[in-house]
Amino acid sequence: MNPKKISAIFQKQVKETLKNKEVLIQFLMFPILVVIMENSIKVEGMPEHYFVQLFATMYIGMAPLVSMTSIIAEEKEKNTLRMLMLSNVKPMEYLIGIGSYILLACMIGACVFAATGEYKGRELAEFLCIMMVGILISMLTGAAIGVWSKNAMSASSVSVPVMMVFSFLPMIASFNEHVKKVSDFVWSGQINNLMNSLGAIDFDMQTVLVLLANGGVVFVLFQIAYKKCGLA
Amino acid sequence: MEQKKESLRIEIQGISQSFGEKKVLDNIQLNIGDGEIFALLGPSGAGKTTLLKILTGQLVQTEGTAKILGTDTKKLTDKEYSKIGMMLDTSGLYERLSCYDNLLLFTQIYGISKNYIEEALLKVGLMEAKKRPVNKLSKGMKQRLVLARALMNDPWILFLDEPTSGLDPASTREIHKLIFSLKEKGTTVFLTTHNMEEAEKLCDNIALLHEGNIVEYGNPKEICRRYNHQNKIEILLKNGKQLSLCNSESSAKEIYGYLQEGIVETIHSTEPNLENVFVELTGRSFE
Repeated sequence: MNPKKISAIFQKQVKETLKNKEVLIQFLMFPILVVIMENSIKVEGMPEHYFVQLFATMYIGMAPLVSMTSIIAEEKEKNTLRMLMLSNVKPMEYLIGIGSYILLACMIGACVFAATGEYKGRELAEFLCIMMVGILISMLTGAAIGVWSKNAMSASSVSVPVMMVFSFLPMIASFNEHVKKVSDFVWSGQINNLMNSLGAIDFDMQTVLVLLANGGVVFVLFQIAYKKCGLA
Repeated sequence: MEQKKESLRIEIQGISQSFGEKKVLDNIQLNIGDGEIFALLGPSGAGKTTLLKILTGQLVQTEGTAKILGTDTKKLTDKEYSKIGMMLDTSGLYERLSCYDNLLLFTQIYGISKNYIEEALLKVGLMEAKKRPVNKLSKGMKQRLVLARALMNDPWILFLDEPTSGLDPASTREIHKLIFSLKEKGTTVFLTTHNMEEAEKLCDNIALLHEGNIVEYGNPKEICRRYNHQNKIEILLKNGKQLSLCNSESSAKEIYGYLQEGIVETIHSTEPNLENVFVELTGRSFE
Protein backbone atom coordinates (compact mmCIF):
# COMPACT_ATOMS: atom_id res chain seq x y z
CA MET A 1 0.00 0.00 0.00
CA ASN A 2 1.22 3.46 -0.91
CA PRO A 3 0.56 6.22 1.70
CA LYS A 4 0.99 8.91 -1.00
CA LYS A 5 -1.88 7.49 -3.01
CA ILE A 6 -4.06 7.22 0.10
CA SER A 7 -3.23 10.84 0.87
CA ALA A 8 -4.07 11.87 -2.73
CA ILE A 9 -7.49 10.18 -2.49
CA PHE A 10 -8.07 11.79 0.91
CA GLN A 11 -7.24 15.29 -0.40
CA LYS A 12 -9.36 14.77 -3.50
CA GLN A 13 -12.30 13.77 -1.31
CA VAL A 14 -11.95 16.84 0.91
CA LYS A 15 -12.18 19.11 -2.16
CA GLU A 16 -15.00 17.08 -3.68
CA THR A 17 -17.13 17.10 -0.55
CA LEU A 18 -16.77 20.84 -0.05
CA LYS A 19 -18.48 21.19 -3.44
CA ASN A 20 -20.95 18.33 -2.95
CA LYS A 21 -23.96 19.60 -0.99
CA GLU A 22 -25.59 16.14 -0.79
CA VAL A 23 -22.64 14.66 1.11
CA LEU A 24 -21.78 17.85 2.99
CA ILE A 25 -25.26 18.04 4.49
CA GLN A 26 -24.85 14.55 5.96
CA PHE A 27 -21.93 15.78 8.04
CA LEU A 28 -23.46 19.09 9.06
CA MET A 29 -27.16 18.42 9.57
CA PHE A 30 -27.16 16.63 12.96
CA PRO A 31 -24.35 18.65 14.60
CA ILE A 32 -26.19 21.89 13.70
CA LEU A 33 -29.52 20.43 14.76
CA VAL A 34 -28.18 19.28 18.13
CA VAL A 35 -26.74 22.71 18.92
CA ILE A 36 -30.11 24.34 18.13
CA MET A 37 -32.28 21.75 19.94
CA GLU A 38 -30.08 21.43 23.01
CA ASN A 39 -30.01 25.19 23.49
CA SER A 40 -33.62 25.97 22.65
CA ILE A 41 -35.75 23.12 24.04
CA LYS A 42 -35.89 22.47 27.77
CA VAL A 43 -38.67 20.20 28.93
CA GLU A 44 -39.14 19.32 32.55
CA GLY A 45 -38.26 15.71 33.30
CA MET A 46 -36.24 15.31 30.10
CA PRO A 47 -32.96 13.42 30.71
CA GLU A 48 -29.83 15.51 30.69
CA HIS A 49 -28.37 15.97 27.18
CA TYR A 50 -31.27 14.00 25.73
CA PHE A 51 -30.87 15.49 22.26
CA VAL A 52 -27.12 14.98 22.22
CA GLN A 53 -27.45 11.27 22.90
CA LEU A 54 -30.43 10.80 20.58
CA PHE A 55 -28.96 12.69 17.65
CA ALA A 56 -25.49 11.25 18.15
CA THR A 57 -26.90 7.74 17.60
CA MET A 58 -28.84 8.94 14.57
CA TYR A 59 -25.73 10.71 13.26
CA ILE A 60 -23.70 7.51 13.52
CA GLY A 61 -26.40 5.52 11.72
CA MET A 62 -26.79 8.09 8.98
CA ALA A 63 -23.76 10.22 8.06
CA PRO A 64 -20.98 7.62 7.66
CA LEU A 65 -23.26 5.08 6.00
CA VAL A 66 -24.88 7.40 3.49
CA SER A 67 -21.75 9.36 2.63
CA MET A 68 -19.65 6.21 2.12
CA THR A 69 -22.35 4.66 -0.05
CA SER A 70 -22.96 7.73 -2.16
CA ILE A 71 -19.26 8.50 -2.72
CA ILE A 72 -18.44 4.96 -3.89
CA ALA A 73 -21.60 4.61 -5.98
CA GLU A 74 -21.09 7.97 -7.68
CA GLU A 75 -17.48 7.14 -8.50
CA LYS A 76 -18.59 3.82 -9.99
CA GLU A 77 -21.35 5.44 -12.01
CA LYS A 78 -19.13 8.19 -13.42
CA ASN A 79 -16.19 5.89 -14.14
CA THR A 80 -13.81 7.95 -12.03
CA LEU A 81 -13.18 4.88 -9.88
CA ARG A 82 -12.29 2.84 -12.98
CA MET A 83 -9.75 5.52 -13.95
CA LEU A 84 -8.21 5.37 -10.48
CA MET A 85 -7.97 1.57 -10.63
CA LEU A 86 -6.37 1.82 -14.08
CA SER A 87 -3.85 4.28 -12.64
CA ASN A 88 -2.36 1.84 -10.16
CA VAL A 89 -4.59 2.77 -7.21
CA LYS A 90 -5.32 -0.40 -5.23
CA PRO A 91 -8.89 -0.95 -3.98
CA MET A 92 -7.68 -0.90 -0.36
CA GLU A 93 -5.80 2.38 -0.93
CA TYR A 94 -8.98 3.91 -2.29
CA LEU A 95 -11.19 2.60 0.54
CA ILE A 96 -8.73 3.73 3.21
CA GLY A 97 -8.41 7.17 1.56
CA ILE A 98 -12.17 7.69 1.43
CA GLY A 99 -12.78 5.97 4.77
CA SER A 100 -10.20 8.04 6.65
CA TYR A 101 -11.76 11.20 5.28
CA ILE A 102 -15.27 10.18 6.39
CA LEU A 103 -13.96 9.07 9.79
CA LEU A 104 -12.25 12.44 10.27
CA ALA A 105 -15.27 14.45 9.12
CA CYS A 106 -17.62 12.42 11.37
CA MET A 107 -15.25 12.72 14.34
CA ILE A 108 -15.27 16.51 13.91
CA GLY A 109 -19.08 16.23 14.07
CA ALA A 110 -18.68 14.04 17.17
CA CYS A 111 -16.60 16.80 18.78
CA VAL A 112 -19.49 19.25 18.17
CA PHE A 113 -21.82 16.79 19.95
CA ALA A 114 -19.32 16.42 22.80
CA ALA A 115 -18.97 20.19 23.16
CA THR A 116 -22.76 20.62 23.13
CA GLY A 117 -23.10 17.91 25.80
CA GLU A 118 -20.31 19.61 27.79
CA TYR A 119 -18.62 16.24 28.28
CA LYS A 120 -15.31 16.25 30.09
CA GLY A 121 -12.77 13.72 31.31
CA ARG A 122 -14.00 10.12 31.32
CA GLU A 123 -17.35 11.06 29.81
CA LEU A 124 -15.65 12.74 26.88
CA ALA A 125 -13.25 9.84 26.29
CA GLU A 126 -16.09 7.31 26.43
CA PHE A 127 -18.29 9.40 24.16
CA LEU A 128 -15.61 9.77 21.49
CA CYS A 129 -14.69 6.06 21.66
CA ILE A 130 -18.33 5.01 21.29
CA MET A 131 -18.74 7.42 18.39
CA MET A 132 -15.66 6.04 16.69
CA VAL A 133 -16.76 2.41 17.00
CA GLY A 134 -20.22 3.28 15.69
CA ILE A 135 -18.83 5.35 12.81
CA LEU A 136 -16.51 2.51 11.74
CA ILE A 137 -19.32 -0.09 11.67
CA SER A 138 -21.63 2.35 9.88
CA MET A 139 -18.91 3.17 7.33
CA LEU A 140 -18.27 -0.48 6.60
CA THR A 141 -22.01 -1.00 6.07
CA GLY A 142 -22.01 1.95 3.66
CA ALA A 143 -18.96 0.58 1.83
CA ALA A 144 -20.67 -2.80 1.37
CA ILE A 145 -23.77 -1.13 -0.10
CA GLY A 146 -21.68 1.20 -2.29
CA VAL A 147 -19.58 -1.66 -3.66
CA TRP A 148 -22.69 -3.76 -4.27
CA SER A 149 -24.52 -0.98 -6.16
CA LYS A 150 -24.08 -0.22 -9.83
CA ASN A 151 -24.96 3.48 -9.58
CA ALA A 152 -25.99 6.24 -7.20
CA MET A 153 -29.72 5.58 -7.73
CA SER A 154 -29.56 1.90 -6.79
CA ALA A 155 -27.24 2.74 -3.89
CA SER A 156 -29.65 5.22 -2.35
CA SER A 157 -32.59 2.83 -2.76
CA VAL A 158 -30.72 0.43 -0.45
CA SER A 159 -28.87 2.83 1.82
CA VAL A 160 -31.88 4.95 2.81
CA PRO A 161 -33.96 2.09 4.35
CA VAL A 162 -30.86 0.55 5.97
CA MET A 163 -29.87 3.94 7.38
CA MET A 164 -33.39 4.50 8.72
CA VAL A 165 -33.40 1.14 10.49
CA PHE A 166 -30.07 1.77 12.22
CA SER A 167 -30.81 5.43 13.00
CA PHE A 168 -34.37 5.19 14.24
CA LEU A 169 -34.43 1.76 15.88
CA PRO A 170 -32.88 2.99 19.17
CA MET A 171 -35.34 5.89 19.37
CA ILE A 172 -38.39 3.67 18.69
CA ALA A 173 -36.99 1.15 21.19
CA SER A 174 -37.32 3.75 23.94
CA PHE A 175 -41.11 3.72 23.40
CA ASN A 176 -41.70 0.00 22.85
CA GLU A 177 -40.40 -2.97 24.84
CA HIS A 178 -40.65 -5.44 21.94
CA VAL A 179 -38.65 -3.19 19.67
CA LYS A 180 -36.14 -2.71 22.50
CA LYS A 181 -35.51 -6.46 22.56
CA VAL A 182 -34.66 -6.37 18.86
CA SER A 183 -32.68 -3.14 19.18
CA ASP A 184 -30.44 -4.72 21.82
CA PHE A 185 -29.11 -7.08 19.15
CA VAL A 186 -28.31 -4.31 16.70
CA TRP A 187 -25.10 -2.26 16.93
CA SER A 188 -26.89 1.09 16.92
CA GLY A 189 -29.08 -0.09 19.79
CA GLN A 190 -26.02 -1.00 21.82
CA ILE A 191 -24.36 2.31 20.94
CA ASN A 192 -27.46 4.09 22.22
CA ASN A 193 -27.40 2.05 25.43
CA LEU A 194 -23.76 3.02 25.94
CA MET A 195 -24.59 6.69 25.30
CA ASN A 196 -27.20 6.53 28.03
CA SER A 197 -24.66 5.41 30.62
CA LEU A 198 -21.81 7.75 29.76
CA GLY A 199 -19.36 8.33 32.60
CA ALA A 200 -20.23 5.04 34.24
CA ILE A 201 -20.00 2.57 31.38
CA ASP A 202 -19.56 -0.98 32.45
CA PHE A 203 -19.04 -3.06 29.34
CA ASP A 204 -21.07 -6.23 29.77
CA MET A 205 -20.56 -9.30 27.64
CA GLN A 206 -23.74 -8.74 25.60
CA THR A 207 -22.64 -5.26 24.50
CA VAL A 208 -19.21 -6.48 23.43
CA LEU A 209 -20.62 -9.56 21.68
CA VAL A 210 -23.33 -7.62 19.84
CA LEU A 211 -20.84 -5.02 18.61
CA LEU A 212 -18.32 -7.67 17.55
CA ALA A 213 -20.97 -9.85 15.90
CA ASN A 214 -22.53 -6.89 14.05
CA GLY A 215 -19.10 -5.68 12.95
CA GLY A 216 -18.21 -9.21 11.82
CA VAL A 217 -21.43 -9.62 9.82
CA VAL A 218 -20.94 -6.26 8.12
CA PHE A 219 -17.33 -7.14 7.33
CA VAL A 220 -18.38 -10.47 5.78
CA LEU A 221 -21.09 -8.70 3.75
CA PHE A 222 -18.49 -6.22 2.54
CA GLN A 223 -16.13 -9.05 1.53
CA ILE A 224 -18.94 -10.79 -0.40
CA ALA A 225 -19.92 -7.55 -2.15
CA TYR A 226 -16.29 -6.83 -2.98
CA LYS A 227 -15.62 -10.31 -4.37
CA LYS A 228 -18.85 -10.30 -6.37
CA CYS A 229 -18.81 -6.78 -7.77
CA GLY A 230 -15.29 -5.42 -7.27
CA LEU A 231 -14.69 -1.71 -7.17
CA ALA A 232 -14.54 -0.55 -10.77
CA MET B 1 -1.16 -9.26 -43.57
CA GLU B 2 2.60 -8.96 -43.15
CA GLN B 3 3.43 -7.03 -40.00
CA LYS B 4 6.70 -6.05 -38.42
CA LYS B 5 7.75 -8.23 -35.52
CA GLU B 6 10.56 -6.07 -34.13
CA SER B 7 10.09 -3.95 -30.99
CA LEU B 8 6.50 -4.98 -30.52
CA ARG B 9 4.60 -3.11 -27.86
CA ILE B 10 1.22 -4.73 -28.46
CA GLU B 11 0.81 -8.35 -29.55
CA ILE B 12 -2.60 -9.85 -30.14
CA GLN B 13 -2.82 -13.54 -30.96
CA GLY B 14 -6.12 -15.23 -31.75
CA ILE B 15 -8.27 -13.08 -29.49
CA SER B 16 -11.94 -14.03 -29.39
CA GLN B 17 -14.58 -12.62 -27.10
CA SER B 18 -18.13 -13.81 -26.59
CA PHE B 19 -20.92 -12.36 -24.49
CA GLY B 20 -23.30 -15.26 -24.02
CA GLU B 21 -24.14 -16.59 -27.47
CA LYS B 22 -22.86 -13.49 -29.25
CA LYS B 23 -19.31 -13.50 -30.57
CA VAL B 24 -18.05 -9.93 -30.47
CA LEU B 25 -14.44 -10.60 -31.53
CA ASP B 26 -13.29 -13.55 -33.62
CA ASN B 27 -9.67 -14.66 -33.82
CA ILE B 28 -8.05 -11.22 -33.93
CA GLN B 29 -4.32 -11.14 -34.79
CA LEU B 30 -2.39 -7.87 -34.62
CA ASN B 31 1.10 -6.62 -33.86
CA ILE B 32 1.83 -2.97 -33.15
CA GLY B 33 5.35 -1.64 -32.86
CA ASP B 34 7.30 1.22 -31.28
CA GLY B 35 6.19 4.71 -32.25
CA GLU B 36 3.41 3.38 -34.45
CA ILE B 37 0.06 5.12 -34.76
CA PHE B 38 -2.50 2.40 -35.25
CA ALA B 39 -6.26 2.73 -35.64
CA LEU B 40 -8.96 0.18 -35.26
CA LEU B 41 -11.73 1.26 -37.59
CA GLY B 42 -15.25 0.01 -37.65
CA PRO B 43 -18.87 1.00 -37.27
CA SER B 44 -20.55 1.13 -33.85
CA GLY B 45 -20.82 -2.35 -32.35
CA ALA B 46 -17.94 -3.77 -34.42
CA GLY B 47 -16.00 -4.71 -31.27
CA LYS B 48 -13.49 -1.83 -31.09
CA THR B 49 -14.09 -0.89 -27.46
CA THR B 50 -14.20 -4.55 -26.43
CA LEU B 51 -10.69 -5.08 -27.84
CA LEU B 52 -9.52 -1.89 -26.14
CA LYS B 53 -10.89 -3.15 -22.82
CA ILE B 54 -9.07 -6.46 -23.25
CA LEU B 55 -5.80 -4.68 -24.03
CA THR B 56 -6.08 -2.45 -20.97
CA GLY B 57 -6.88 -5.37 -18.66
CA GLN B 58 -10.46 -4.33 -18.00
CA LEU B 59 -11.90 -7.41 -19.64
CA VAL B 60 -10.61 -10.98 -19.85
CA GLN B 61 -10.94 -12.47 -23.31
CA THR B 62 -12.69 -15.76 -23.98
CA GLU B 63 -9.81 -17.09 -26.12
CA GLY B 64 -6.32 -16.09 -27.26
CA THR B 65 -3.56 -14.01 -25.76
CA ALA B 66 -2.81 -10.31 -25.76
CA LYS B 67 0.45 -8.82 -24.56
CA ILE B 68 1.34 -5.25 -23.67
CA LEU B 69 5.07 -4.54 -23.45
CA GLY B 70 5.61 -8.30 -23.39
CA THR B 71 3.23 -8.93 -20.47
CA ASP B 72 -0.02 -10.84 -20.74
CA THR B 73 -2.92 -8.41 -20.33
CA LYS B 74 -4.42 -10.77 -17.73
CA LYS B 75 -1.36 -10.16 -15.55
CA LEU B 76 -0.76 -6.42 -15.95
CA THR B 77 0.96 -4.93 -12.92
CA ASP B 78 1.82 -1.43 -11.68
CA LYS B 79 4.93 -1.60 -13.85
CA GLU B 80 2.96 -1.91 -17.08
CA TYR B 81 0.16 0.44 -16.02
CA SER B 82 2.74 3.11 -15.26
CA LYS B 83 3.72 3.00 -18.95
CA ILE B 84 0.19 3.16 -20.32
CA GLY B 85 -2.00 6.22 -20.88
CA MET B 86 -5.72 5.93 -21.54
CA MET B 87 -8.38 8.17 -22.92
CA LEU B 88 -11.52 6.08 -22.65
CA ASP B 89 -14.98 6.51 -24.11
CA THR B 90 -16.27 8.06 -20.90
CA SER B 91 -14.20 10.82 -19.46
CA GLY B 92 -13.99 9.71 -15.81
CA LEU B 93 -13.28 13.25 -14.66
CA TYR B 94 -14.28 14.67 -11.29
CA GLU B 95 -16.94 17.11 -12.43
CA ARG B 96 -16.92 19.31 -9.32
CA LEU B 97 -13.16 19.72 -9.26
CA SER B 98 -11.21 22.19 -11.39
CA CYS B 99 -9.03 21.15 -14.33
CA TYR B 100 -5.99 21.77 -12.13
CA ASP B 101 -7.28 19.65 -9.25
CA ASN B 102 -8.20 16.79 -11.59
CA LEU B 103 -4.64 16.69 -12.87
CA LEU B 104 -3.18 17.28 -9.41
CA LEU B 105 -4.79 14.04 -8.19
CA PHE B 106 -3.03 12.08 -10.91
CA THR B 107 0.36 13.75 -10.36
CA GLN B 108 0.07 12.61 -6.74
CA ILE B 109 -0.92 9.10 -7.79
CA TYR B 110 1.91 8.79 -10.31
CA GLY B 111 4.34 10.52 -7.97
CA ILE B 112 5.34 13.17 -10.50
CA SER B 113 6.04 16.88 -10.09
CA LYS B 114 3.15 19.34 -9.86
CA ASN B 115 4.99 21.44 -12.45
CA TYR B 116 3.77 19.02 -15.07
CA ILE B 117 0.16 20.19 -14.58
CA GLU B 118 0.69 23.60 -16.16
CA GLU B 119 2.84 22.07 -18.87
CA ALA B 120 0.04 19.62 -19.68
CA LEU B 121 -2.65 22.29 -19.61
CA LEU B 122 -0.58 24.43 -21.97
CA LYS B 123 -0.05 21.46 -24.28
CA VAL B 124 -3.79 20.90 -24.67
CA GLY B 125 -4.69 24.61 -24.66
CA LEU B 126 -6.56 24.66 -21.36
CA MET B 127 -4.35 27.03 -19.38
CA GLU B 128 -7.06 29.70 -19.24
CA ALA B 129 -9.57 27.18 -17.89
CA LYS B 130 -7.15 26.00 -15.20
CA LYS B 131 -9.39 26.93 -12.27
CA ARG B 132 -12.70 26.21 -13.97
CA PRO B 133 -14.72 23.24 -12.63
CA VAL B 134 -14.98 20.39 -15.13
CA ASN B 135 -18.79 20.61 -15.18
CA LYS B 136 -18.42 24.09 -16.69
CA LEU B 137 -16.28 22.89 -19.62
CA SER B 138 -17.45 22.14 -23.16
CA LYS B 139 -17.20 18.60 -24.50
CA GLY B 140 -14.10 19.48 -26.52
CA MET B 141 -12.39 20.94 -23.48
CA LYS B 142 -13.21 17.84 -21.45
CA GLN B 143 -11.72 15.65 -24.19
CA ARG B 144 -8.55 17.72 -24.13
CA LEU B 145 -8.36 17.51 -20.35
CA VAL B 146 -8.71 13.72 -20.51
CA LEU B 147 -5.90 13.67 -23.05
CA ALA B 148 -3.73 15.76 -20.74
CA ARG B 149 -4.43 13.27 -17.96
CA ALA B 150 -3.60 10.33 -20.24
CA LEU B 151 -0.22 11.92 -21.01
CA MET B 152 0.52 12.60 -17.37
CA ASN B 153 2.78 9.57 -16.85
CA ASP B 154 4.63 10.07 -20.15
CA PRO B 155 3.26 6.77 -21.49
CA TRP B 156 4.96 4.33 -23.83
CA ILE B 157 1.56 3.29 -25.15
CA LEU B 158 -1.43 5.58 -25.43
CA PHE B 159 -4.92 4.11 -25.87
CA LEU B 160 -7.44 6.55 -27.31
CA ASP B 161 -11.09 5.63 -27.73
CA GLU B 162 -12.72 7.94 -30.30
CA PRO B 163 -10.40 10.83 -29.33
CA THR B 164 -12.01 13.46 -31.55
CA SER B 165 -15.61 12.31 -31.46
CA GLY B 166 -17.90 15.35 -31.29
CA LEU B 167 -15.07 17.88 -31.42
CA ASP B 168 -14.97 20.99 -33.57
CA PRO B 169 -12.38 21.09 -36.40
CA ALA B 170 -10.00 23.37 -34.50
CA SER B 171 -9.92 21.09 -31.43
CA THR B 172 -9.56 18.05 -33.69
CA ARG B 173 -6.55 19.63 -35.41
CA GLU B 174 -4.96 20.36 -32.02
CA ILE B 175 -5.40 16.77 -30.90
CA HIS B 176 -3.97 15.46 -34.20
CA LYS B 177 -0.94 17.71 -33.76
CA LEU B 178 -0.45 16.33 -30.28
CA ILE B 179 -0.70 12.74 -31.49
CA PHE B 180 1.95 13.41 -34.16
CA SER B 181 4.27 14.95 -31.58
CA LEU B 182 3.88 11.81 -29.45
CA LYS B 183 4.83 9.62 -32.38
CA GLU B 184 8.02 11.64 -32.78
CA LYS B 185 8.84 10.84 -29.16
CA GLY B 186 8.37 7.11 -29.88
CA THR B 187 5.01 6.69 -28.17
CA THR B 188 2.82 3.95 -29.62
CA VAL B 189 -0.71 5.21 -30.18
CA PHE B 190 -3.60 2.76 -30.41
CA LEU B 191 -6.82 4.50 -31.31
CA THR B 192 -10.32 3.47 -32.18
CA THR B 193 -12.34 5.65 -34.47
CA HIS B 194 -15.05 5.57 -37.05
CA ASN B 195 -13.64 8.71 -38.66
CA MET B 196 -11.99 7.46 -41.88
CA GLU B 197 -10.34 10.78 -42.71
CA GLU B 198 -8.74 10.88 -39.29
CA ALA B 199 -7.35 7.38 -39.75
CA GLU B 200 -6.00 8.15 -43.24
CA LYS B 201 -4.33 11.30 -42.00
CA LEU B 202 -2.86 10.02 -38.75
CA CYS B 203 -2.10 6.35 -38.97
CA ASP B 204 0.82 4.22 -40.04
CA ASN B 205 -1.45 1.21 -40.06
CA ILE B 206 -5.15 0.52 -39.64
CA ALA B 207 -7.36 -2.51 -39.26
CA LEU B 208 -10.92 -2.53 -40.54
CA LEU B 209 -13.13 -4.35 -38.08
CA HIS B 210 -16.46 -5.78 -39.15
CA GLU B 211 -18.65 -7.93 -36.89
CA GLY B 212 -15.65 -8.93 -34.80
CA ASN B 213 -13.37 -9.83 -37.71
CA ILE B 214 -10.48 -7.89 -39.21
CA VAL B 215 -11.42 -7.61 -42.87
CA GLU B 216 -8.40 -5.54 -43.94
CA TYR B 217 -5.09 -4.46 -42.42
CA GLY B 218 -2.27 -2.23 -43.56
CA ASN B 219 -1.14 1.30 -44.34
CA PRO B 220 -4.26 3.34 -45.19
CA LYS B 221 -2.82 4.76 -48.42
CA GLU B 222 -1.65 1.33 -49.57
CA ILE B 223 -5.06 -0.13 -48.83
CA CYS B 224 -6.74 2.57 -50.88
CA ARG B 225 -4.32 1.97 -53.77
CA ARG B 226 -4.92 -1.79 -53.56
CA TYR B 227 -8.64 -1.25 -54.08
CA ASN B 228 -8.26 1.26 -56.90
CA HIS B 229 -10.00 -0.93 -59.48
CA GLN B 230 -11.07 1.99 -61.70
CA ASN B 231 -7.53 3.33 -62.01
CA LYS B 232 -8.78 6.55 -63.59
CA ILE B 233 -7.89 10.21 -63.48
CA GLU B 234 -10.61 12.83 -63.14
CA ILE B 235 -10.10 16.31 -64.51
CA LEU B 236 -12.21 19.41 -64.05
CA LEU B 237 -11.57 22.04 -66.68
CA LYS B 238 -11.97 25.75 -66.14
CA ASN B 239 -14.97 25.80 -68.48
CA GLY B 240 -16.75 23.40 -66.10
CA LYS B 241 -16.30 20.30 -68.22
CA GLN B 242 -15.51 17.08 -66.31
CA LEU B 243 -13.36 14.32 -67.82
CA SER B 244 -12.65 10.80 -66.59
CA LEU B 245 -9.56 9.35 -68.26
CA CYS B 246 -7.88 5.96 -68.05
CA ASN B 247 -4.47 5.86 -66.41
CA SER B 248 -2.63 5.22 -69.71
CA GLU B 249 -0.03 6.74 -72.04
CA SER B 250 -2.65 8.22 -74.37
CA SER B 251 -4.41 9.88 -71.42
CA ALA B 252 -1.08 11.29 -70.27
CA LYS B 253 -0.69 13.06 -73.60
CA GLU B 254 -4.24 14.41 -73.38
CA ILE B 255 -3.69 15.68 -69.84
CA TYR B 256 -0.38 17.23 -70.85
CA GLY B 257 -2.22 19.08 -73.59
CA TYR B 258 -4.78 20.49 -71.16
CA LEU B 259 -2.03 21.50 -68.77
CA GLN B 260 -0.13 23.28 -71.52
CA GLU B 261 -3.27 25.19 -72.46
CA GLY B 262 -3.68 26.16 -68.80
CA ILE B 263 -7.34 25.15 -68.70
CA VAL B 264 -7.15 22.60 -65.86
CA GLU B 265 -9.05 23.56 -62.69
CA THR B 266 -8.46 20.33 -60.69
CA ILE B 267 -6.95 16.91 -61.31
CA HIS B 268 -7.50 13.82 -59.16
CA SER B 269 -6.81 10.11 -59.19
CA THR B 270 -9.83 7.93 -58.40
CA GLU B 271 -8.53 5.57 -55.73
CA PRO B 272 -11.25 4.88 -53.18
CA ASN B 273 -11.20 6.18 -49.64
CA LEU B 274 -11.30 3.81 -46.66
CA GLU B 275 -15.05 4.08 -46.46
CA ASN B 276 -15.41 2.85 -50.04
CA VAL B 277 -13.03 -0.01 -49.26
CA PHE B 278 -15.12 -0.94 -46.22
CA VAL B 279 -18.32 -0.91 -48.27
CA GLU B 280 -16.68 -3.05 -50.93
CA LEU B 281 -15.48 -5.58 -48.36
CA THR B 282 -18.60 -5.82 -46.24
CA GLY B 283 -21.44 -4.57 -48.39
CA ARG B 284 -22.35 -2.22 -45.57
CA SER B 285 -21.92 1.49 -45.07
CA PHE B 286 -19.77 2.70 -42.21
CA GLU B 287 -22.28 4.68 -40.17
